[in-house]
Amino acid sequence: MTESTKQAAPVADAAPATGRRDVRALLQERWQWLAAAALVAAVCFAPFQLVPFRVFQLTMVLVYAVALLGLNLLVGHAGQISLGHGAFFAVGAYTSAILLHDHGLPHLVTLPFAAALAFVLGLGLGVPALRLRGLYLALVTLAIAIFLVPLIKRFESVTGGAMGLTLEKPVPPAWTGLAEDQWLYFLALAVTALAFASVYGLLRSRVGRALHAIRDNEAAAEVMGVKLSFYKTLAFAWSAMLAGVAGCVYTWTIAFVAPDSFTVTLSITLLAGLVVGGLGSMAGPVLGGLFVVYVPSLSQDINKGAPGVVFGLLIIVVMLVAPTGLAGLAGRAARSTRKVLQKERRNA
Amino acid sequence: MSENFLTVEDLHAGYGAARVLHGVSLTVGQGEICAILGPNGAGKTTTLRALSGGVRARGTIRLDGTDLAGRSPDAVARHGVAHVPEGRGTFMPLTVEENLRLGAYLRRDKAAAESDLERVYGHFPVLAERRGQAAGSLSGGEQQMLAIGRALMLRPRLLLLDEPSLGLAPLVTRELFGIVQAVNEEERTTVIVVEQNAHLALGIAHQAHVLESGRIVLSGPAEQIRADEQVVKSYLGYRV
Amino acid sequence: MSEFLQQVVEGLGAGAIYASLALALVLIYRFTGIVNFAQGELAMFSAYIAWQCVHAGLPFWLALLITLAVSFTGGMLIERVVIRPVEGAPELTVVIITVGLFIFVNAAAGWIWSFLIKDFPNPFPGGAAELGGVAVGYATLGIFVVVGVVMGLLYLLFQHTKIGLAMRAVSANPDSARLVGIRVGWMLALGWGLAAMVGAVSGVLVAPQLFLEPNMMGGVLIYAFAAATLGGFDSPVGAVVGGLVVGVAETLAGAYVDAIGADLKVGVPLVIILAVLLLRPQGLFGHAEVERA
Repeated sequence: MTESTKQAAPVADAAPATGRRDVRALLQERWQWLAAAALVAAVCFAPFQLVPFRVFQLTMVLVYAVALLGLNLLVGHAGQISLGHGAFFAVGAYTSAILLHDHGLPHLVTLPFAAALAFVLGLGLGVPALRLRGLYLALVTLAIAIFLVPLIKRFESVTGGAMGLTLEKPVPPAWTGLAEDQWLYFLALAVTALAFASVYGLLRSRVGRALHAIRDNEAAAEVMGVKLSFYKTLAFAWSAMLAGVAGCVYTWTIAFVAPDSFTVTLSITLLAGLVVGGLGSMAGPVLGGLFVVYVPSLSQDINKGAPGVVFGLLIIVVMLVAPTGLAGLAGRAARSTRKVLQKERRNA
Repeated sequence: MSENFLTVEDLHAGYGAARVLHGVSLTVGQGEICAILGPNGAGKTTTLRALSGGVRARGTIRLDGTDLAGRSPDAVARHGVAHVPEGRGTFMPLTVEENLRLGAYLRRDKAAAESDLERVYGHFPVLAERRGQAAGSLSGGEQQMLAIGRALMLRPRLLLLDEPSLGLAPLVTRELFGIVQAVNEEERTTVIVVEQNAHLALGIAHQAHVLESGRIVLSGPAEQIRADEQVVKSYLGYRV
Repeated sequence: MSEFLQQVVEGLGAGAIYASLALALVLIYRFTGIVNFAQGELAMFSAYIAWQCVHAGLPFWLALLITLAVSFTGGMLIERVVIRPVEGAPELTVVIITVGLFIFVNAAAGWIWSFLIKDFPNPFPGGAAELGGVAVGYATLGIFVVVGVVMGLLYLLFQHTKIGLAMRAVSANPDSARLVGIRVGWMLALGWGLAAMVGAVSGVLVAPQLFLEPNMMGGVLIYAFAAATLGGFDSPVGAVVGGLVVGVAETLAGAYVDAIGADLKVGVPLVIILAVLLLRPQGLFGHAEVERA
């Protein structure tokens, strides 16, 4: 609580003073806000400037960013390992797909169902999972991810088996005047923004501090009165829910689900993307999403193995050299730029 | 020439930001037993760790002409330094005999090491009785014997003993010290012993140093330090 | 009855393979406290090296020797280059690094040898021996013999050689091991080398059963995890027993429980892992105090 007011206060105080300052000072003081504004503008105008395939790619970046946001909550903030988040992603994807396919629900209506089911499953798994620390949790989640594919194939009547389900994409309402890919993009963008805002708020609350306490020193956190089991289970459930939400948007975007899209490779790719993007930061999942989408699409032409080689090497290098990932590196670069700017100002 | 078998000069060491030793200097002659005394937290254990490479140290550590400062523990051991650490360093799941054999890990003379095994069993008959037992099942006193026996298996040139009396019954402690003294006399093994129990340590030592807050505050022949009751009392806070 | 026995034998054959990979996992865990998620992929890579040697015209057993040597060196190299720098780092870091290794090795194998399946020569003759009404394939017998030999050699190494004693000392008390002059770093590297070698054996045994392809070991790995969890992550004997139990349980469940069938067999290790972790986390043969949970 106090932390969030502290964060917000300087901004409010500084607002009336800006008029008197020169542009350079404004740049220095407000570069983050300017950068954010520029980013928002770019994000909103991008679909009007790009060909549909590029828009589709950006939509997929958003999908993965939401999934990574969830994984980040668990790995980056609570310090628990999951090698099976692809399973929750799949649960969300199939929930949406089955509701669309068999029950003809509107796309948006499937979202709360997907989120709720993933949340409940996460909660159910979170209960035994909180008794498993560290690598045992990794083991169990990996086993779940491996088990999921044959399980989906088994329930052929509902899931379409190995052939999967083919669906309709959401149709843009006429008043928007948007094309299908643009409409999807904005749907995904809205979901992403909502997800990020909720997680941001969550981490600013006492829940966020409890999670960090668990990550940094579980024993000490318990002594301090953090209800370990409660927060760990919740972290697991929220994290699963966000993966489920991502899976749901994935179904809207691809309009096709099949078991082989949700193999253990997906789970491992998610973890890889998060690590490379940056554990424990808000920017990490977005950077990770960019990575998960663009590294394969850029390197696939060299060799089918190239994306994996790049990812594997990057994970190892990141963990050895820069455990905060790309987001951490970007933060470092920003800080040193600011220092240079400040020095310049003093010299001037 | 036997004067400076071990020369330690201006030794600084610590853990992270915490500096523990602030320039410890001492010399030990060949074949001597040297006692390092001092209150808790004076840096006695750290001094031994610095000598055997367990903590990073600045300064000079010269053993018989070789500089050992900054070397890793296994490299120091290679120069004939055996360290009986605080807590005895027992290899719990291994048998008593395996523990002892590990002491001779660096030795190439297999036959001699084999006869040393019997010699250690001679010193500590209880270890011979339990040679096939897991070392973790031994009592504290037996584990301390095992630790000293393991160190002797190296045929060390310098033996470092960290609080051998800790947690042991007085009778057992006296027996241990007797064996250390015997080994020193028979084999001219140089010994540095760190002790809380100053009375016992001074009973077998030739030289003694009193450590306080990471500095040596008093040095001299053991006899003399023992005699100087008033001084010792003021530093150690108890009677000798 | 004899059909049941037949299934048990099949299960033991599969279990022996799981046991060998579990043994590799346990070796590394014992020495470094690390669960190596890349162990299966390293085994797969080793199988490719063997395939390459055979493809180049070498006799199978010579190819195996070369594979073991390369795997040993590779395992040591990985420890020195990738694992050493994170020694003592949080578990999360180390697990993520082995996952990175998993992805890298998997993709590298695909890059070098393509993702198409390859036929791997079976070193054992076809056919089966008739033992009390049960047909035991020569391939199964061969697997038993190879895994048995590997375990025997490991036992000799650890119980009857100086270097084996030093390795056990490192796993029991690394600080003390340093003080008696053991180069602990090298012993850890040696542990990784040995584990890679044992894993290589399982890779070479698996390859003729399945087809050789980069994702071949993914399924086996999860069975090996179940085996190691069941036996206790710090117990080599446990790994072997666990492997055999998991193999038999999986085969029987697939054959006799209709709801499971051949396709859902892979749920068996999940159930075993969950059950063991919730009921007896240290496993059947493990020590509670070594449980690093």
